[in-house]
Amino acid sequence: MNRRTLLASAALALGLAGTAIAQDKTKVGFIFVGPVGDGGWTYEHNQGRLAVEEHFGDAVETVFQESVPEGADSERAMTQMALGGADIIFTTSFGYMDPTINVASKFPNVKFEHATGYKRADNVSTYSARFYEGRAIQGHIAGKMTKTNKIGYIASFPIPEVIRGINSAYLHAKKVNPDVEFSVVWAYTWFDPAKEADAANALIEQGADVILQHTDSTAPQAAAEKAGNVITFGQASDMGEYAPLPRVSSIIDDWAPYYIARVQAVKDGTWESTDTWDGIGPGMVGIGEISDAVPAEVKAEALAMKDAIASGEYHPFTGPIKKQDGSDWLAEGETADDGTLAGMDFYVEGLTGDIPN
Amino acid sequence: MDFGTINPILLVASLMVSATPILLAAIGELVTEKSGVLNLGVEGMMITGAVVGFAVAVNTGSPLLGFAAAALASALLSLSFGFLTQYLLSNQVATGLGLTLVGLGLSSLIGKPYEGMKAPSLADLHIPVLGDIPVIGPMLFQHDIMVYVSIAMIAAVWAVLKFTRAGLILRAVGESHDAAHALGYKVVHIRMMAIAFGGACSGLGGAYLSLVRVPQWTEGMTAGAGWIALAIVVFASWKPWRVLIGAYLFGGVTVLQLNLQAAGTSLPVEYLSMSPYLITILVLVVISARGYHGAPASLGRAFHASH
Repeated sequence: MNRRTLLASAALALGLAGTAIAQDKTKVGFIFVGPVGDGGWTYEHNQGRLAVEEHFGDAVETVFQESVPEGADSERAMTQMALGGADIIFTTSFGYMDPTINVASKFPNVKFEHATGYKRADNVSTYSARFYEGRAIQGHIAGKMTKTNKIGYIASFPIPEVIRGINSAYLHAKKVNPDVEFSVVWAYTWFDPAKEADAANALIEQGADVILQHTDSTAPQAAAEKAGNVITFGQASDMGEYAPLPRVSSIIDDWAPYYIARVQAVKDGTWESTDTWDGIGPGMVGIGEISDAVPAEVKAEALAMKDAIASGEYHPFTGPIKKQDGSDWLAEGETADDGTLAGMDFYVEGLTGDIPN
Repeated sequence: MDFGTINPILLVASLMVSATPILLAAIGELVTEKSGVLNLGVEGMMITGAVVGFAVAVNTGSPLLGFAAAALASALLSLSFGFLTQYLLSNQVATGLGLTLVGLGLSSLIGKPYEGMKAPSLADLHIPVLGDIPVIGPMLFQHDIMVYVSIAMIAAVWAVLKFTRAGLILRAVGESHDAAHALGYKVVHIRMMAIAFGGACSGLGGAYLSLVRVPQWTEGMTAGAGWIALAIVVFASWKPWRVLIGAYLFGGVTVLQLNLQAAGTSLPVEYLSMSPYLITILVLVVISARGYHGAPASLGRAFHASH
């Protein structure tokens, strides 16, 4: 009992010490899966970091480590950051989920924020964006614009976030173009420009004239541009340097408001473990400008869909929807619940191929 | 299995393109290792070549100048490795790893202003007569010049190592630097030249990535290609033509698995994705099971005339 009291008071003292430092200068850490110059996913997280710096000025100090491999190595990077006095650490890739939980249990006074995962603890929050809302709009434009009716999809890893994106894009492409077919290539990487370019080329050579990507670099954009007559969408970042063609629109992740709010919560001492999943409405997911290469009426429809999703009037997963095996998933008018979406591990009816395990 | 939508002509053509960066880097590293130096900095030299080649090509509008500059820059970088390991006798493994880190950092520094820019493209050659042969023409004879340069490089390295006095000296230095020294050959000079050649080739390989294969500059874009090049040298048991086979095999399997996926084959993609690595490991096992692996006897050992 004595020992326990001692430990508790020690923890309390540590906690107080932690707050004292926090009042002084909050140290904010970021773990990135790719380089900050990837032009996509990590680039936008780094923009969020810079926004935190700008917003708080001297009141914060940010540190980051880039190109941290998912897995054991990331645990080392997080531990180092926590030992280095970070008050809050954002770990920005799905594969950091278990490492984040492990490290967080060793540093109860450090707040952790894990992007796109589903495991939480008292000092671990999760946050993600409803990218599938943007994918619905992409699917609509892709279905309308494809001439070969073949749409190529460069997927990264078979995790719910990626599967949601494929399903959402497919449902909305199919809705406007019943003949559309999806070819999904699993690249098993978030960032490998050469491999992403090869994957794009393989899809283009087999007749795809729309390339959707869920990998982080702009390489597929360059491949599409080289091939000509192929359209693409910016992923995670605007990738506007490839507009108006091949890039006709994009999904933009805007993490800055969230990062600023969470750092503010740490400073105020009001930080709590939460689960945030925001979409187009709150502005976490942005739709990059739809270029003039898209016919005006398609653009108008896409924008209307964007508004409907933002206002909550339309949910991209609205029944009737069947699963790939033909079983019923959503009845007429029913919308998907967040639990199913968060753990999505099945294709919807019409998609071919299997999801690798 | 349905190969229906895979066009074998395009498949072979794209595997040649896909293999060229690692082919160039591997043949350079082979020469370096033949002289008895293990340079693990291939990744760093490649990415330096990628960024310098890209920057010069963008600024001058000439991809060929880009390649030349890439070769030069990476050769210079490799000479810093040479200076440390050959004159200051630092540990080759540690210095090589350091070179990779330096290259990665340096390239992201140089490359910042070039993110999102487009490079002038290297035109595909249409070789007369050969290029017009149906099937084989578009498969093999309608590539850009660097694809042929890389193959010519293999032939040249093979011929020099096998038939010339210079090749013999290089091999002597790699097999026994003490004996070569006793015969009056300048071991350190020869090794420095081999290191610079290896650097130049890695630079060309990197520039091929940023100027032709991807083509753009993105930080960290080599994504491990340098390590694969190192593995291919071992895979090839230090023989030039086997480097060609190894690189094409690796490039081929990578491209094939992506194509099979795009064609919607029922093969599980996990196996397809790991197949290039599995094949490499398999070949390495076969090679070492045979006992003789052909590594230069002085590989990785430091040399000083006083020893």
